Amino acid sequence: MLKNYFKIAIAVLKRRKFFTFISLFGISLTLTILMVATALADKMFNPGYPDYNQHRSLYVERIEIKNTKEGWVNMSNLSFYFFEHYVSRLKTVYKMAISSDQRSSNAYLNNKKLVIGYKYTNADYWNVLSYRFLEGKPYGEREIKSAERVAVISKKTKEAYFGDQKSVIGQYISADNINYRVIGVVDNVSGAVRNFAGDMYLPYTLAKDIKDTRLMGSYNAVLLGRTENDVPRMKKEFAQMVEKLPVPPDFNKIYCNADEFKTSVARRIAGDSTSNGITKVITVGGIFVLLFLLLPTMNLVNINITRIMERSSEIGVRKAFGASSKTLVYQFIVENLILTFIGGIIGVFLSLLVIYLINESDYISSFNLTMNLTVLFFSLITCFCFGLISGVYPAWRMSKLNIVKALKA
Amino acid sequence: MMIRLKNIEKVYRTATVETLAINGINLDIAKGEFLSIMGPSGCGKSTLLNIMGLLDEPSKGDIKIDDQDIRSFSDKKLAHFRNEKLGFIFQSYHLINDLQVLDNVELPLLYRDSSAKERKALAAEALEKVGLSNRLKHFPTQLSGGQRQRVAIARAIVGRPQIILADEPTGNLDSAMGNEIMNILINLNKNEGTTIVMVTHDESMAQKTHRLVRLFDGSQVQ
Repeated sequence: MLKNYFKIAIAVLKRRKFFTFISLFGISLTLTILMVATALADKMFNPGYPDYNQHRSLYVERIEIKNTKEGWVNMSNLSFYFFEHYVSRLKTVYKMAISSDQRSSNAYLNNKKLVIGYKYTNADYWNVLSYRFLEGKPYGEREIKSAERVAVISKKTKEAYFGDQKSVIGQYISADNINYRVIGVVDNVSGAVRNFAGDMYLPYTLAKDIKDTRLMGSYNAVLLGRTENDVPRMKKEFAQMVEKLPVPPDFNKIYCNADEFKTSVARRIAGDSTSNGITKVITVGGIFVLLFLLLPTMNLVNINITRIMERSSEIGVRKAFGASSKTLVYQFIVENLILTFIGGIIGVFLSLLVIYLINESDYISSFNLTMNLTVLFFSLITCFCFGLISGVYPAWRMSKLNIVKALKA
Repeated sequence: MMIRLKNIEKVYRTATVETLAINGINLDIAKGEFLSIMGPSGCGKSTLLNIMGLLDEPSKGDIKIDDQDIRSFSDKKLAHFRNEKLGFIFQSYHLINDLQVLDNVELPLLYRDSSAKERKALAAEALEKVGLSNRLKHFPTQLSGGQRQRVAIARAIVGRPQIILADEPTGNLDSAMGNEIMNILINLNKNEGTTIVMVTHDESMAQKTHRLVRLFDGSQVQ
């Protein structure tokens, strides 16, 4: 039976090539966009390297200080002081990776300017996050204490600054006319992993803003628990600590959250200090996907109705010879699924091409989008929904056709 | 009795007009009978045939086929009943041009519990009966009108139905081809005992059948 459906589906596709082209184009293009969008979202919510301890980590990125009576709000990253003075005292926090936002410096090579983005970090930054060291090692407490001018650089920076040299450990890199001794080279981190991507990492004791005792600053942190079970306890202890923070003059409330990774991303995209933004992200994302799918689906529904009505004689014959309405609905849905899966396969190849082009263009540095199993799974689900939604209505309409009318058409 | 029609009426209604297509037809057709229906265009021949074939519902009246009252049948049961008991031959063949001859003929068997191998064998056998065993892999568009109608006959008989309903089966064919098709139907009736009801405009074809029913303006006149 299925073989017969397949035969007729292919024959129908071949018969009206223009319709087939429009259908396949619609399906494959929509799927390509969805698949690339899913790959981007996947990269955003599951970044991988170098943050492999997400399951036992909390992320602290933002503080809001409010005067609820006047409606004043001050919002920013946090100060180094905040982490060192308050967070480091929490008992449930096993280790904490503190890093500054990315700042840029200029280096000049053969009269050519090279912009180097750098971050200040603490020593535990290298223990919490799993950077792949291609050579050398990270700086530790000793270098931090003595504020040594040492640097860990990315592979990309090494190649841009030092060229083809095999090893650059011990050599100096000059940024904003300050020389730093390279002690380690790490594999590139995708630019999408905003908090951890950088061209150069320096000991925080070299920064000028660490003495500032205000709560607001330009740092963020990852709090690591010993086990996954520590996460709720860390969260609770963190919230209790925030409650006790001294509120600056003219303000009456402080908000600061230690979030799981996905919540922290959602809060950054759509939330604020009191709402984590997950519902908003899911709702907006869902509406976007729905609308995006609805347009080609409606198009497919129309094309399918035309296609199916063209086959009214066949429908009449099948019904006359014993096909029930249910069997015919099943046949047309299967045929439509075959069409959408062909579109899906084309879509997968197109997506691979687009992902390859995005990666090659290096628009977002070291992005390395991948078509992983999650993306493929979502694509197949999307494909299935596509086939089902756009096939059910025309099939149902067709199955209600009166046999005599169908044969006369 | 193989087919029993009692006081059948068919009315077509539009917003402004009501047309009585069949008006109180009573007809009994015995098992193994070859009956032809004649009458001028628009007199309700095809409508009557469609009602007998359960392709259309009467507005009034009772139908019994093989002593079964089909009015209470669900869509699924009706489809199954058609598949088991009835075979159709249409004037314009109604073959599926996208499928090869063999696939066209096996179509009624798709809706039964039979294996692909079994289906192919039965379809090939039916095509052999109509003298087309050398055209299995052809597409309908590659055949002449007479050959297409023979494929349609093969499709109608492949499921071994007790009744064949033929709506002007020779209407689109020249007389030689028409005679050929008629001979196949006569042999089928004689050898297999299949009950055949045929609508025709051709008096000479009708004379070859056991009984002739004439319609005029939806009523039986003979």
